[in-house]
Amino acid sequence: MSYVAMAEVAEKPEPQAQPQPLVSVRGLSVAYDAGRVGWWGKPRKIAALDGVSFDIFRGETLGLVGESGSGKTTTGRAVLRRIDSTSGSIEFQGHDITHVNGVALRQLRRHMQLVFQDPYASLNPRMRVLDIVAEPLIAHGFVRKADEARDEIGELLRLVGLPHDAYDRFPHAFSGGQRQRIGIARALALKPEFIVADEPVSALDVSVRAQVVNLLQDLQQELGLSYLFIAHDLSVVRHISHRIAILYSGRLVELANRDELYENPLHPYTEALLSAVPVPHPKIQRARKRIVYRGEIPDPGHWPAGCHFHSRCPLATERCSLQAPPLVERTPGHFVACWHR
Amino acid sequence: MSVDVTSEMPLLEVDQLSVEFDTRRGVVHGLRGVNLSIGRGETLAIVGESGSGKSVTAQAVMGLVDVPGRIAGGDIRWKGRSLLSREGARAARDIRGKEIALIFQDPMTSLNPLLKIGVQIGEVLQRHLGMTRTQAQTRVLELLEAVGIPAPPRRAQQYPHELSGGMRQRVMIAMAIACEPQLLIADEPTTALDVTIQAQVLELIAGLQESLNLSVILITHDLGVVAGLCHRVAVMYAGRIVETGEADDIFERPAHPYTQGLIRSTPRLDDRLDRLIAIDGAPPDMLSPPSGCAFRLRCPVADAVCEQEPPVLSFINGGSAACWRPSNVAAVVETAEVTIQALP
Repeated sequence: MSYVAMAEVAEKPEPQAQPQPLVSVRGLSVAYDAGRVGWWGKPRKIAALDGVSFDIFRGETLGLVGESGSGKTTTGRAVLRRIDSTSGSIEFQGHDITHVNGVALRQLRRHMQLVFQDPYASLNPRMRVLDIVAEPLIAHGFVRKADEARDEIGELLRLVGLPHDAYDRFPHAFSGGQRQRIGIARALALKPEFIVADEPVSALDVSVRAQVVNLLQDLQQELGLSYLFIAHDLSVVRHISHRIAILYSGRLVELANRDELYENPLHPYTEALLSAVPVPHPKIQRARKRIVYRGEIPDPGHWPAGCHFHSRCPLATERCSLQAPPLVERTPGHFVACWHR
Repeated sequence: MSVDVTSEMPLLEVDQLSVEFDTRRGVVHGLRGVNLSIGRGETLAIVGESGSGKSVTAQAVMGLVDVPGRIAGGDIRWKGRSLLSREGARAARDIRGKEIALIFQDPMTSLNPLLKIGVQIGEVLQRHLGMTRTQAQTRVLELLEAVGIPAPPRRAQQYPHELSGGMRQRVMIAMAIACEPQLLIADEPTTALDVTIQAQVLELIAGLQESLNLSVILITHDLGVVAGLCHRVAVMYAGRIVETGEADDIFERPAHPYTQGLIRSTPRLDDRLDRLIAIDGAPPDMLSPPSGCAFRLRCPVADAVCEQEPPVLSFINGGSAACWRPSNVAAVVETAEVTIQALP
């Protein structure tokens, strides 16, 4: 089954009443401008994402895992319409939002928000917490001044577990974990249905990471949120995701239910990614067979032909270097893009 | 994997080391009496969160504590000789960089962007071993080969920005082992790298340790990295070592509540828990650390005793822990053993 065929299946209502996805992405590609070669040269494009398709259902967390340069952040931004895609489509609540702009796009932004990776860089140090959290409300015209939203923001701060006197303090007075809570409160201010969390715990200390992951889970329960949870390895996503998608060099290589992915990975890259995460237990870790592939992740713009992973893959044959494998459903709900698995 | 360290004097001893930083808001107590020792061929992990003092320990050993920081007390001994005393300080200049080498977290900021890789590594050889430039250039190629960089002659002619993060870290390691050090201090060597590249770099460090009989101090916040590589572990919290011992013992029978919390809150690939178990609160402000045990405000078993006096390291579970109420119960292991499953 190709991307197209997969899209068709998803559109047909299944007999057991498959619910309609909240977010539906089909064949999404993104390329960045890379300037010109010389004054009169043609503008160059660097491909960052190459035909990515997935669905996110209501109340679901889709974990999106990839290493640097895989296009995971690009995916998050493109789905939120922060950057333009070169081809493919994005549907939100059944409406095609690939090309909406102007007022419609502004209205759309209320429903989908972003939580950033770095809680130190993403909060303005000169703004009070009250102003930071109220800013989306002001930008969307719900209130004119931050002080008008005091009660509402107090409720938000309570929801994310910040002390109620946090209002008038500045970001520097808070620890990394608390800053990330401020970022989450800001994302929640407009009561969105969908949140893209771009490595929200990567910059935090280990003991605090668990707090923020648990908070995101609680908020999902309480508010019925859907998440696209972006991560660079497979350790944290296991605890928060319902399904997990693996990106390699701009393409999805595997997509499966959480436990299925960990217990029965099909793509050789997923196997390498799983074995690369060390288990914090010396005896188990020593007994594990680590799969370490030689070579490095190709830079965007320098992807090999055929399967992007073939230059590092132990299973690669001639076919892999010529033809890109499509993402096909091997067992129900378990998609993989590999000629040999 | 056990290493006989009792037969000879430890290579490096850190004795009651205190480091303070003078800031406008007051004195920050970076290290508050740290004791460490490492023997030949041994790998010691220093584990802790940001601000726990793990990097400051490494900087103090390398003589890199600079204004506003200062060493407020204690001693650092290399093969029994103080590096801090007046006469020791002169010898220290030759020891550091030659017998003790350091790898930093971020290879991009610690390499000179204006110098070719080959020249930078060659500089170390010329400075410490008195090689000529041509001698150094031949040795550079051998070193690049040793750290697994393909096509050394071509790479030696490149600048740091032309290499990927993993390659840069390999260059840093090549530079560190250039003078055949006896001790390698790696300060979060893989934090900035992707996981599959991290696995390659850790494998390289483990391999070099075997082949060169290096002692390694690995500084990290990631317990997973520790588990695969280290013989002994020292867990730091708020400028003190709160628990230390053999890696196997610490992971199986952690005695300090902080160590237990750290192990429990580290997400694992091989468990199916839907919820992580977090440690409440945040690390203390080192301008005014709490009285008594620094962990007591976040500790699930803290009581009145913990408020009064800071606990000292005492022997328990085969290692030692600084806690008034250490537990003998293998609390973490119980949950872990049940959920262990076949890993791919």
